[in-house]
This record gives sequence, C-alpha cells and structure tokens, in this order.
Amino acid sequence: MPAAPRPTIKPPMWLLAELTYRCPLHCVFCSNPVDYTRHQDELDTSTWKRILGEARALGAVQLGFSGGEPLLREDLEELVAHARGLGFYTNLITSGVGLGERRAQALKSAGLDHIQLSFQDSTRELNDFISSTRTFELKSRVAAIIKAQGYPMVLNCVMHRFNLPHVGRIIDMAGRMGADYLELANTQYYGWAWHNRAALMPTVEELRDAEAIVMAHRERLDGRMKVLWVSPDYADAKPKPCMAGWGSLFMVVAPDGKALPCHSARMLPDIDFPDLRGTPVRDAWYDSTAFNRYRGQGWMKDACGDCDEREKDFGGCRCQAYLVTGDAAATDPVCPKSDHRGRIDAMLAEAQAERSQQALCSAPAQPLRFVPGASRRAGLLYRCDENSRAIAAAQSAELS
Amino acid sequence: MTTRHARPAVATMFRLQFEPAQESWVLLYPEGMVRLNTPAAEILRRCDGCRSVDEIVTELELAFAQPALRDDVCAFLAQAKQRGWLQ
Repeated sequence: MPAAPRPTIKPPMWLLAELTYRCPLHCVFCSNPVDYTRHQDELDTSTWKRILGEARALGAVQLGFSGGEPLLREDLEELVAHARGLGFYTNLITSGVGLGERRAQALKSAGLDHIQLSFQDSTRELNDFISSTRTFELKSRVAAIIKAQGYPMVLNCVMHRFNLPHVGRIIDMAGRMGADYLELANTQYYGWAWHNRAALMPTVEELRDAEAIVMAHRERLDGRMKVLWVSPDYADAKPKPCMAGWGSLFMVVAPDGKALPCHSARMLPDIDFPDLRGTPVRDAWYDSTAFNRYRGQGWMKDACGDCDEREKDFGGCRCQAYLVTGDAAATDPVCPKSDHRGRIDAMLAEAQAERSQQALCSAPAQPLRFVPGASRRAGLLYRCDENSRAIAAAQSAELS
Repeated sequence: MTTRHARPAVATMFRLQFEPAQESWVLLYPEGMVRLNTPAAEILRRCDGCRSVDEIVTELELAFAQPALRDDVCAFLAQAKQRGWLQ
C-alpha cells in the first residue's frame, strides 16, 4: 500500500509530457538541456499511457505535449486520444513542422483541444536565422490550418535583443493570423539560452521600449486578442513565482521518463530525479526526495526566510539561483535582496556597454547580417546534436 | 445584454467538466483552468445552446426550490459573457 499523501501537498494539476528531445529546429534559446543528447532513450507508447493514467488519477487536468518537437512521435495521435479519454485538456506545443492539414485533422479527431505554435519573429530573415531553418512560410501556412480547423490558437514568440525592436509587428502578425492569445515570452536564461546569454541579452531600455509598445497595443486590442508579456525578470528585478513553487502543481516528464519539477531542473547537481519507468507518478510526486527538496518554505535561507514576498514568489527560481550563484537554495539572484544581485546587474551593464560601443562605431542598430558566419560573429551557439555532444563531452572532461 | 430568448452556449475556447479530484466543476481553456462555485456551475451546465435564458431560469428555480432567480442568473450570464466563457 502506498503511504497516504501528506495533507499539505496538493496534487499535480499540470503535466508536461516532453515526448522527445528531437527537433527539426535549432533555436539558440531552446529550454531543453544542453546535454540532451545524453538522454535520448525515449519512453514507449504504453509507458506514456500508464504515466498519463496515473497522473490523471492523482488529479492532473492540464496536459501539454511538448518536446523537442512532439509531432516527430508517430504515436502522438494515439497518446492524444488516450489523454482525452482520461479527461485531460490537451495542449500541443509545437514548432509547426510536420503539421499538415491531414495530421491536424487526425489530431482533432483524436480530441486535441488546443495548439500553441511558436514563431521566432515577424520577419522571415530573423525567424530563420534564430532557428537556423527555413520555416517562416511553413509556420504561416500552419497557422492558417490551425484556424481553419477551429482550434483555439496561441502563438508564442521568445523575445530577445534581436526581435524586441519588432514587437509591434509581431503583435500585428499574430492579429492577422487570428491568434486567440499571443505570448511574448522574454527569454529565460536556462539551457541553450543561458549558454547564449551574452548574445541574447537586451538592455533595460530596449525592454522598456518594447513593453510600452505592448501596452499601447493591448489598449487598442481591448481584449480581442490577449497579449501576455512574460516579465523579463533580470530587468524587472522581481523573482518570478517559478512553477507556482517547486512541486506545487507542475510536473514535467522528460523524454527518458525522468520526473522533474520544471523544464530545466535536471541540470541541478546532487538531485536524484525519480525515473517513471520504475516509479509510480504518485510516489514521485509525494514521496521522492527530489520533489520534496524545495517544497514549501523550510529550505529557505538568508533573504527569503523572513520576507513578506515569499508567499507570492516562493523564493523565485532554483535553477536561476544555481546558475548564477552556484547554490540552488540561494535567494533568486534577480531579487534586490539577494547578495548576488550584482551579478545580474553586471550582465545587464555588459549589454548596455556593448550597445554604447556599437553607437560609437556607428554600427547599424540591427546588428545581424544574414551572411555566412553571422551566428559566430553574434556569438551564438545553435541547439543541435553536434553542439550538444560537444558540450556533454566538455562537461564529462570537467568532472573527471 | 442577455435577452430572455437568447440560447447561451459555452464558448468553443472552453470546456466545462466535473473534476472528481477537486470535487468541483471547472472551465478548461488553453493552459488554464477556472474552478467554479456551485451556482456558477449549475448555470453554465445548462448553457448548451439549446435552452433559452427563460428555460434556464425556470429549471434552476424548480431544482433549488427558490423563486425569483432571474436577476442573479442574468447578472452571472452577463459577467460570464464578458469573460468570454459564453458565446
């Protein structure tokens, strides 16, 4: 008999099924682990079905099929149908590659509720540059297919220094495509984005200019299309309530079956995340050391321990604390109360200094030129198997 | 305004269902959920595009043995429409 859940722990509400780390795109801000090539032994269909069933029995109701590119899984329709039968609200989070009319129809028949489609920019040049693929026209066609088949459609665009000046045009594009929601997701610096942070980092001024444009559009749209502006937490100096708290309502299942409290937690050292190939979802959620590690407030120290905001931001993000300070239990370093806030300010100052330097050299405001070698000149490392293997090898060499 | 003869229906963006784990009715939408209190759930469950506002009011008055629910029901319907829950 499994132990009864501790009464203070609420069941998981949100399950994100990362079906695969494989992806036809190579986005420089990808949230997958940089060493994803180490973890490519994917769960089979029947194991996924068991996991979905167990999570649903605990009370999970929102289900995201994500990746990598979930459309690369040939059993996606089967998994959607299974999930829908269990009563999940099913969300497909996709680049659009592989979503032709027939597949969109098959997924609809299987019971798919909603599609979130990613764009990288409102221009073909930057969309294709950032993803290192020719996908802009394809994505435009896919958006039309999604709407024609009556799906609710969310467009998602990750924002960074290169596309922030286009934010007004991105909103116009989403409006023309008939999006119900537009998520302007300012880059969160984990995974590949952390690796590429120096190249992607906007200045505070660039963010404020873009935000003012977003606010003006919101007023004009008057709720017709909801525009979400994900807080750029470095510049806003306000810790995000990451996942509404560690192990509070969100579980990610990685392609190889590891259960994680968020997309990027598997890079935290010294945590043994439960493997759902052999562990029931209930045990992973309620009883595992990993999911209890930063639950509640007991782990908080220094600035968080007696702060009034801890009920609202839950101490911010553990992964960010680890990446910036080396200690996953530290106060989120974007917080002005953190002893390490200076490191965040230094990164923002670096972006500012670079722009000032550019102005002196009278370089163009849009620094990218779409010529061979542009990514190297911009200091960008694309997400791809070759780069992932190189990073994994470097990590192993460091450890040995 | 919600007229007496309108036949409200839950908008296609939303799905209404009972969640045993939460012992309540919820409205599900892309990446989100609204947990409904009992009166809201009782009204929305009847918004099926077939019943008119008049019929919904009559049914609720009978089911809960309470007269004069019209104002409450109409106020809720107006609010639900404003939030995009109804079409």
